Amino acid sequence: MANLVIVEHDNNEVAAATLHAVTAAAQIGGDIDLLVAGENCGAAAAAAAKIVGVRAVKVADDAKFAHGLAENLATLIVDIAGDYSHLLASATTFGKNVMPRAAALLDVAQISDIVEVKSDDTFVRPIYAGNALATVQSSDRIKAITVRTIKFEPAAAEGGSASVESVSGGSDTGLSSWVSQALSDNDQVDLTSAKIVISGGRGMQSGDNFEMLHKIAAKLGAAVGASRAAVDSGFVPNELQVGQTGKVIAPDLYIAVGISGAIQHLAGMKESKVIVAINNDSEAPIFQVADYGLVADLFEAVPELDAAL
Amino acid sequence: MKVLVCVKRVLDPQVKARVKADGSGVDLANVKMTMNPFCENALEEALRMREAGVVEEIIVAAVGGGKTEETLRHGLAMGADRAIHVVTEDSLEPLAIAKVLKRVAEQQDVGLVLTGKQAIDGDSNQTGQMLSALLGWSQATYCSKIQIEGEQATIVREVDAGLETIQVKMPAVMSADLRLNEPRYVKLPDVMKAKRKPMEKIELDSLGIDTANRLTTLQVDEPEGRAAGIIVNSVAELVEKLRNEAKVI
Repeated sequence: MANLVIVEHDNNEVAAATLHAVTAAAQIGGDIDLLVAGENCGAAAAAAAKIVGVRAVKVADDAKFAHGLAENLATLIVDIAGDYSHLLASATTFGKNVMPRAAALLDVAQISDIVEVKSDDTFVRPIYAGNALATVQSSDRIKAITVRTIKFEPAAAEGGSASVESVSGGSDTGLSSWVSQALSDNDQVDLTSAKIVISGGRGMQSGDNFEMLHKIAAKLGAAVGASRAAVDSGFVPNELQVGQTGKVIAPDLYIAVGISGAIQHLAGMKESKVIVAINNDSEAPIFQVADYGLVADLFEAVPELDAAL
Repeated sequence: MKVLVCVKRVLDPQVKARVKADGSGVDLANVKMTMNPFCENALEEALRMREAGVVEEIIVAAVGGGKTEETLRHGLAMGADRAIHVVTEDSLEPLAIAKVLKRVAEQQDVGLVLTGKQAIDGDSNQTGQMLSALLGWSQATYCSKIQIEGEQATIVREVDAGLETIQVKMPAVMSADLRLNEPRYVKLPDVMKAKRKPMEKIELDSLGIDTANRLTTLQVDEPEGRAAGIIVNSVAELVEKLRNEAKVI
């Protein structure tokens, strides 16, 4: 048995999410290899080789793999998949984009967003916005898996000494090309790994009012998030969205401000260790999952909270 | 150009899924069903493309049991020209659905396929990507902006870090994200008109495609609930609790 973890990286560093996928691979058992594909990605490969528990880092350094576009990367995964029983990626927009394409080319099912490894062929995954947990057993010769990061501790990023080997394969399909990326400026704190997150919902009433949350976030070293309703209303960009179809996070402290607690929002934050809800509607469903609820007008409570910190 | 919009019938997003007592699945008897929200975004985009003259005909397709017809009628009421219902009472996995949709896309000779990025029941987020792979077409997932110019399309994608712009060659499979558009409301005359639009029925078995499941669902459980919390009376009390009881700030 051998696992291949598809590494998410920016050519220099390995994304934190990949470390969680390595842990899932370790729980499955067998050797763990990593695939680093990109253009001028040597530094990322060297960083990947230091992750504890890894046997080998396979590097495909080629212009056709620049920016991790799915069409070319999937052909590479298919070319080297024969040596592996399990293919894993983190359930980020990168992993969710490429893994199903590779799985379909291999004619195997994908098991999305696993939260638990029961055995080498049986996994638990949330369905229906996390309101049900399905235990599924795969009969495919290769198991293609994406990993929900919050349910697996990150593997140690330093201390390993894997070999680094070049691999060839994959084709230049010419189907897509990268143009540009506009990165979010979310206070420099990564929403998915932040210890504290303060999120706003429709109750915030405008994008400008999110400034109140950013001020508190700066004091707490927190990231700012949002409900789908706030994104839908155009208050904030989509990368701030926490929920079933946004980011799924589990910080130590989650502060929900003006968020009613729709099913799809709860799916993204109910694993948080401590949940605080501030809402003027005492009947809002968010209070059912909150450890500490404050029924108050957020436009009074939030500045007061800011002053108290 | 003809466009195929793939839609799915799902549990209404406002309804909380209930796990059956015997752990065999989620109870879908007598609950409100609706078109998957992201599929509505996909269809809305096709309607706007037709209004802009980029697309001539919109075919809405779904795979599912008898009641899937209601979802397709909703798609026709939104404005699709005709519907294709691949009929099966079996619950198919994304790979099998993609194989079926590939056949439909080829038979209909479409130049574009639009899907939702994810269905809110299985939360798999696979079908569009798999369909794209099987067709050997370009793949543009999580689209928040689509601009088609002849043989090329420029796409803005919603990714974890922000927005990514890519160019893809046509034909392509594109999956819709939340901010792509706001789906229109259906008016009563549209519902009446939809009843007269063509709906083709294809029995899944007649296609001769291997749609056997690769995954066996052994068990479906309800997740552990959270312990009840408390209501605090003031911001001061909240801060005190967070500092001294929860010790998180």
